[in-house]
Amino acid sequence: MGFENLLLGFQVALQPHNLMVAVVGIALGTVIGVLPGLGGANGVAILLPLTFTMPPTSAIILLTSLYWGALFGGAITSILFNIPGEPWSVATTFDGFPMARRGEGGQALTAAFTSSFVGALFSVVLITLFAPLLAEVALKFGPPEFFAIQLLTFSSFIGLGGGNPIKSLVSILLGFILASVGLDIVTGALRLTFGVTELMKGFDFIVAVIGLFGIGEILLTMEEGLSFKGASARINPRVVWETWKTLPRYWRTFVRGSMIGFWMGFKPGGATPASFMSYAFAKRFSRHPERFGKGEIEGVVAPETAAHAAGVAAILPMITLGIPGSPTAAVMLGGLIIWGLQPGPMLFKERPDFVWGLIASMYTGNVIGVVMVLLFVPIFAAILRIPFGMLTPLIVAVCAIGAYSVHSSMIDIWYMLGFGVIGYVFKKLDYPLAPLVLALVLGDLAENALRQSLIMSQGSLLIFLNRPISGAITAVALFFFFLPALSLGRRRLKAPPAPAASHPDHTP
Amino acid sequence: MRPTRGHLAWLITALTLWALLPPAAHAAWEPTKPIELVIPAGTGGGADQMARLIAGIAEKHKLSPRPIIVVNKAGGAGAEGFLYVKGKKGDAHTIIITLSNLFTTPLHTGVPFSWKDLTPITRMALDQFILWVNAETPYKTAKEYLAAVKEKGGTMKMAGTGSAQEDQIITILLEQSQGVKFIYVPFKGGGEVCVNLVGNHVDSTVNNPIECVSHWKAGRVRPLAVFDTARIPDADWKDIPTIKEAIGADINYLMLRGIFGTPDMPKEAVEWYQGFLKKVYDSPEFKEYLSRGALKPSWLTGSDYVSWLQGAEQLHKDLMTKGGLLKK
Repeated sequence: MGFENLLLGFQVALQPHNLMVAVVGIALGTVIGVLPGLGGANGVAILLPLTFTMPPTSAIILLTSLYWGALFGGAITSILFNIPGEPWSVATTFDGFPMARRGEGGQALTAAFTSSFVGALFSVVLITLFAPLLAEVALKFGPPEFFAIQLLTFSSFIGLGGGNPIKSLVSILLGFILASVGLDIVTGALRLTFGVTELMKGFDFIVAVIGLFGIGEILLTMEEGLSFKGASARINPRVVWETWKTLPRYWRTFVRGSMIGFWMGFKPGGATPASFMSYAFAKRFSRHPERFGKGEIEGVVAPETAAHAAGVAAILPMITLGIPGSPTAAVMLGGLIIWGLQPGPMLFKERPDFVWGLIASMYTGNVIGVVMVLLFVPIFAAILRIPFGMLTPLIVAVCAIGAYSVHSSMIDIWYMLGFGVIGYVFKKLDYPLAPLVLALVLGDLAENALRQSLIMSQGSLLIFLNRPISGAITAVALFFFFLPALSLGRRRLKAPPAPAASHPDHTP
Repeated sequence: MRPTRGHLAWLITALTLWALLPPAAHAAWEPTKPIELVIPAGTGGGADQMARLIAGIAEKHKLSPRPIIVVNKAGGAGAEGFLYVKGKKGDAHTIIITLSNLFTTPLHTGVPFSWKDLTPITRMALDQFILWVNAETPYKTAKEYLAAVKEKGGTMKMAGTGSAQEDQIITILLEQSQGVKFIYVPFKGGGEVCVNLVGNHVDSTVNNPIECVSHWKAGRVRPLAVFDTARIPDADWKDIPTIKEAIGADINYLMLRGIFGTPDMPKEAVEWYQGFLKKVYDSPEFKEYLSRGALKPSWLTGSDYVSWLQGAEQLHKDLMTKGGLLKK
């Protein structure tokens, strides 16, 4: 790595104006992260032209700080209103929102921000130590390996069971159907559009999630008589300190989340599956899996740690390989080229000041970020004290702006309302939403990787088993997939047939 | 001082005269609100980069009185963006940057849209295509590589961006002219395509220069031939033979990077955009961008541009008919 390189980086990152740029970036990013739909990618794209007059290092610090801010901010609306600001915050809603409803919004926010910081720090340290080596590992991942990872995400999550398996199946299939609407990248043909040009662009995941979770929740709350128990939240500035005292007990979840997040993140599209996978593993290894989905703080720690670790790791392929690990990184990549830098393996040699300045700013940016958002925890939590009748129109407006801003198109607002109704109906009929969301966000990626692999192998499924990396991941995925059946069988063998009451847990 | 009657009369006369002035005499049109620059492709790709560069240069050199807002509308292989601009008939504040999907998307998907629906403003550049292989392979020339493809009998993998788009068209042309067969593997973006080549998951690609340049400089990939009638003149690239020099075949393909306006965009507005884009085109930043990415500087406007577009559309129709890529 070169310790002197990192020192050089810190000399750049700690210059007063670069620190100031980081503060501005994080503040803007947090706001952008709060608005669902606006997202880090759009925020970075909007600011990009402004960076032309800056030196490249300050410019990238501004944009990456905005990205860290968005990563922190995404958790705020997930916890307070059940509206994920970013796709990787979906899993945060499962336990964060129930906590907020119980009046523990402050604790949930503190846990989310702290976990984000821990995950980020873990990834930055690994990047500092092993960046060029990790780039080589990333190159080993072709389509079969990507598909194996998607399979592992599905099976780790679906294997959790709980609830009615038929209902889970219906939910996941509906998600796959929705994911396949639009242009098929492999054949270039339009699918399920029925000649309607508006359907051509498919259903954006963010629009679906805003509707399913945000609007669906509001419909449900309205039916329950406009009461929102979050209003009773105790606002105590010491909430941060008190939550911190309880967090070290989840060190295993932190470590696991960081590792999953980093490992998934340095390959494209990693943060969202990482957050789901981390949540699933936390529940699986917990002593109290039944508490998950009802407001367990560990259910906030797990996805947030993984999401932020993955978000930071996504920068790595951008600077070492010239491929973006996330949509936000894709826009930054365009920025690099415009600033006159060529992303890719030569960047470390040609512009060490830029690369190491960027890496050092990941440390400073995340430290500044976590301090800033933690200071505001009591204020964020206080939002819930606003009477529901006043808050609801505001939330609906924010949701609509978010849905609109994804593609700047009105149709997405109608989709959002449609998904809101689906979300409401699902809750009323006790169908789980999580499998649908998982299928919608990963269905597209998994399908592409599967079909690319099968084209490469000319139709043989063996391609997933006879390549070492994908073979190993596929084996683990199959193990988790069949785990519920295996443990059920073992229980049957050990004990006399008992009534199948061994599913106290509730699908999130 | 209170305005006297005389002052008031004078003021009214002046205002009336001002109002009666002919509305913005020749070429005096200027944008009065933010300009929307639509990209019919995703973030991070070649069209996206150029659009953001244009917006950035305009900002830096204060070339436009109003800001340029860049919007990605990538759905349906760009059809979303084209239909959006098509629907804004007569709007003087919306423009679109195009790539080859201007021709290929309507031909392959049957989406009701043609470039003739839009108002051509200017051609900015043409993007090159190069045949790349992994540097660890023994193939030093296109001839050697294609001989190997022939020998392996249709098991070599060619990766490209999307389906029924420029990369697949070139692959099919290569197959037909050389009597070989590739397994074509489509990916979502050019960067991903080149990384799969570096990782040895596929055997070759026809990436644009800028998508592979960094891996080339790091010694991971090897360029074998340029799909153009002449070599790329820049110092870095001039040693790469043309496809004709390499295998004696005429397989030439260049990708349009041009700007269009809304249907029936007012003439004065078109002229303003041409003047504005010429200033962008002449800026040192834009020149440097073209040279680094080995794009062909290709400024062209007016009726020359229109007849070039007609030729290009016919070419795509022919190529896609030959390749069996037209909508059935």
